[in-house]
Formats: sequence, C-alpha cells, structure tokens
Amino acid sequence: MTAGMVAMLIICAIVGVGSLAGFYAGSRRTMDLEQWAVAGRGFGVVFVWLLMAGEIYTTFTFLGASGWAYSRGGPALYLIAYMPLAYAISFFILPPIWEIGRKYHLQTQPDFFQLRYGDKRLSALVALIGVIFIIPYLQLQLVGLGIIVEIASFDKIHRARAMVGASILVAGFVLLSGVRGVAWVSVIKDFLLLFAALFIAFAIPHIYFGGFGPMFAQLAHAKPSHLVMPGATTNLGHSWYASSVLLSALGFFMWPQSFGASFTARNSDILRRNAIVLPIYNITLPLMFIVGYAALLVVPGLRDGDLSLLTVVRKTFPPWFLGIIGGAGALTAMVPASIQILTAATLLAKNLIRPVIAPGMNDTQVAVVAKTTVIFITTAAVISAVFSHTTLVSLLLLGYSGVTQFLPGVVLGLFWKKVATSGVFAGLVTGIAVVAIMGLSGHDPFVGVNAGFIALCCNCVVVIAVSKVFPSSPFSFNVDSATSSKKAALAAK
Amino acid sequence: MALLFAAVPFVAMCFTVPLWDRIYPMVLGLPFNLFWLMLWTLLTPVCLWMAYRVEVSRNAKQSNSESGDEPQ
Repeated sequence: MTAGMVAMLIICAIVGVGSLAGFYAGSRRTMDLEQWAVAGRGFGVVFVWLLMAGEIYTTFTFLGASGWAYSRGGPALYLIAYMPLAYAISFFILPPIWEIGRKYHLQTQPDFFQLRYGDKRLSALVALIGVIFIIPYLQLQLVGLGIIVEIASFDKIHRARAMVGASILVAGFVLLSGVRGVAWVSVIKDFLLLFAALFIAFAIPHIYFGGFGPMFAQLAHAKPSHLVMPGATTNLGHSWYASSVLLSALGFFMWPQSFGASFTARNSDILRRNAIVLPIYNITLPLMFIVGYAALLVVPGLRDGDLSLLTVVRKTFPPWFLGIIGGAGALTAMVPASIQILTAATLLAKNLIRPVIAPGMNDTQVAVVAKTTVIFITTAAVISAVFSHTTLVSLLLLGYSGVTQFLPGVVLGLFWKKVATSGVFAGLVTGIAVVAIMGLSGHDPFVGVNAGFIALCCNCVVVIAVSKVFPSSPFSFNVDSATSSKKAALAAK
Repeated sequence: MALLFAAVPFVAMCFTVPLWDRIYPMVLGLPFNLFWLMLWTLLTPVCLWMAYRVEVSRNAKQSNSESGDEPQ
C-alpha cells in the first residue's frame, strides 16, 4: 500500500464515521422547517457552543491561518484578534435578537428584517445578499477539502476532482441530517481539531528547532520583517489591521448562519454565557500561526501558502498521521460547509422564493424547495472554487465585506426606534456598491484601509442621514416587560 | 458599565496595534505581538465575565424597581 493510500483511507474513515453520526442524530426526528433549520429552539449551552464553534472554526482556521502566516506574516495576526472581539459584541446584540426571535418565531436573518422594517423587498434583498456572500465562504471550505485530498494523496488526485466529490458528500449530508446532525458531527470535529492543533504546534517546532524559542529566534534573525506588519506585503499595515479587525468583529454575527444559530438556543442567557467561553477555543488560531511560521523555515518557497500546514505535516510525520490531520481538516471543512449550505437554502426558499415568486406555498413546500436549492448553491460554489485562485483568507475577507453591511440595519433596528426602512435600503445598497466597485477596480485596501470597512462607514452615514431626512414612525418590538428591562439596561449604557 | 468592560479588549487588541506590533521582547519564546494577542485571547473571557456580573446585578435591581419602556 502506498503512503497516499494509507492517508486517504484514514481520511475516508474519519469522514465516514462523522457522517454516520450526523445521519443518525438527524434521522431520529421528523424534519419540518423549524426542526431542520433551528432544531426546535431547544439547544442548551453545550449544543449552542458546539454549533457555533462548528461554524466558526472552519477549514480556514486550519489551513488559511497557517497559510497567511506563511505567505503574508504579520498582517495575518488580525485573524487572532477579531474573534474574541466579535464575541464581546455578540454579548450585547444576540440576546435581544433571540428574545425577538422567540416571540415572533423568527428562523432566519431576513425574517428579522421583515419583522423590523415590514418590507418584503428589503428582506428579499437581505436574503439575496446573504446567499451571494455565503458562496465565497462555502467556496473556501471546498478549496480546503480539495487541498487536503491533493496533499494526502501525494498529488495523485487532482484538486478539482476532489472538490466535486466532496461537495456531493456535503450536499447529501445536509439533505439528510439538518442542523441537529451538524451539531453532533461538530463534537467529533472539535476534539480532532483541538488535538491536531495542540500536537502539531508543539511537535513541529520541537522536532526541527528544539522549541518555540529557538525557532522564533532563527526566524527573527532570518526574516525579521515577516513577523511584524506589514510582513511580506506592502499595503497591509496597522491601519489595515485595525480596520480589518473591526470589520470582521462587527460582521461576525451578521453572517446569516451565525445569526440563525443564535435562534437554536433555549434562552438568551445561554448566548451571554457562550460569549464568555467561546474566546477560549480561539487559542487554536495562534497555534496554527506557529505551524505556518515553522513551515516558512522548514518548507520555504511553496507557490501556495495554504498548502504549508499539510506539506510540513507530510514531511515530518508518517502517512497515517497525515491521514488523521487530513481527516480532522476534512470534517472542519464539511461541518461549516453544511451549515452554510443549509442557511443559504433556507434563505432562498423562505425569504426570496416564497415571498417574491410563489406566495401561496405552505411550510412543507418551502422545506422541499429549500432542499432543492441545496443542489444549486453547492454547484455554484464548486464552479467558483474550480475557476478561481485566491487565497483562503481573501475569500473570507470578501465574504465579511459583504455581510457586515447588514450591521446598521440590525443594530440600529434594535436600539433606535426611528430608523427608516428607506434608509436601511439605501445604506445597504450603498455599502454593497462600494464593496463591489473597490473590489472589482482593485482598490482594496484603499489608502491602507480595508475597503469593506470604508463601505460600512458609508453605509452607516447613509442610513442615519436618510432616517433623519425622512423620519418614520417609531417602532417597538413589544417584547414582554422582563426582557425589555434587560434591553433597557443594554441600551441605556 | 458592562460596555466599558467589553471595550477593554478592543483597546488592547485593536486600537493600540502600533504599540505592541514588535518582535522583542520575546515572551515564552514567542514574538511579542503573537504573545500579546494570545494573552488577550485569554483575558477577553475575564472582561466579558465582569460585564456579565454587572449585567446580572443590574437586571436584579431593575426587576425590583419595575422599569418602563426601553429608553433611547
């Protein structure tokens, strides 16, 4: 048996066990849309934690972070900073969103816009933009899977073919198991990822250099500029770092799937406690950085930084170990990909197709349409993945610059009664337009600042200006008094 | 008050970047910027826990003294 076959067999075994666990967890309940998409709103601390960790710690944690540490250096540090800050923000905005979600039976992010602004064109636009910007994130997962198979098979299986195969598996998994199955697979994935991250981050520096200290001493001597910003780039300095951290932290829970995951909680206190403990998990990210830096010394000159982690693992350890790491990585790509597909399908069916094209559909038909759109969304991401060649982190940043544009509509909608529907509409269109223009014309970053952040600022200004010029009647969510006093506490401070 | 606690990690990890984006002094064998961010990854839960304490006690007070509608 060749080394490639050993590694691939172990990866297949891990993916197989993970998928079976998901199918089993999903098959024990009948699946209406409420159960499929928000698991009947019955998750406690542990499951919400697992689901959120499941969609947050994706293949980019694994390959993208080490990849940027390898190829860009210092600027990649923004990845470590933004997540803890995102949890700090979620501490304040998720609980009120959950209260409203429970009262009005919201399942998706556009549902929230529909309720708050009462305009189905706006919620349909939110759904459409959400789906469009989930695609690069989904693409990121598929590219990650492709990289894993390519490296683990010792370049015998081509990346494009691996991505097509993986996407069929992921789509099948989503169709059969729904959100509950995904949370269960997340358990397996998190343990493997944690183990893999800890082990390789300590073992690789130890094997080649005798520890962190000698390794970084050597790196600081050989490439001192790589370790600080702007690292190996010319335009990603401190202002880019700060603007990217803010953009990503603010946009984090604007991802339709993360927004939706908060609805699976049993009560809003669970979300606050989650925000406190989730940053601890984030410690895996700096470990990936260390591997990326080590790879820079051990396997210099790779054409694609995203290959660095697996290449250095392949060079250092026997094939069966590469298989375990690859299997952990594959689940790390599959779980978030499933959640993203599931969310995008629900958005398309419930918030775009039903209100705009076929208003007469009942919930069962919506669930059927949602499952059909799974196939279209997966296909779109595969096509995009096969034909584009950007780094994993660039895909992530593209997604963030899009979804963060929902922020003014959500936050002002929660805490400012007089925000106007037309203002949110205009702001959203402005923000997306700025992102598109700057991105397509190659002006990102613009004068050293992340273009998505500039777009967000333009967006906020437009929302506030239009709301001042065309005032709308004050809006109230009418949640019961106990919760409104909680919100009052948040709003007053 | 709760917002103030939550603002601490933002100052530490985001706005002060020119102050800590350096290699030396190395701590635990790590470049200073990497060490600093790891440290604050672990300190952020502490800040949020304090914010949580503040909020729990505020809610307890408010439900006693029956507050009205949500202020701006």
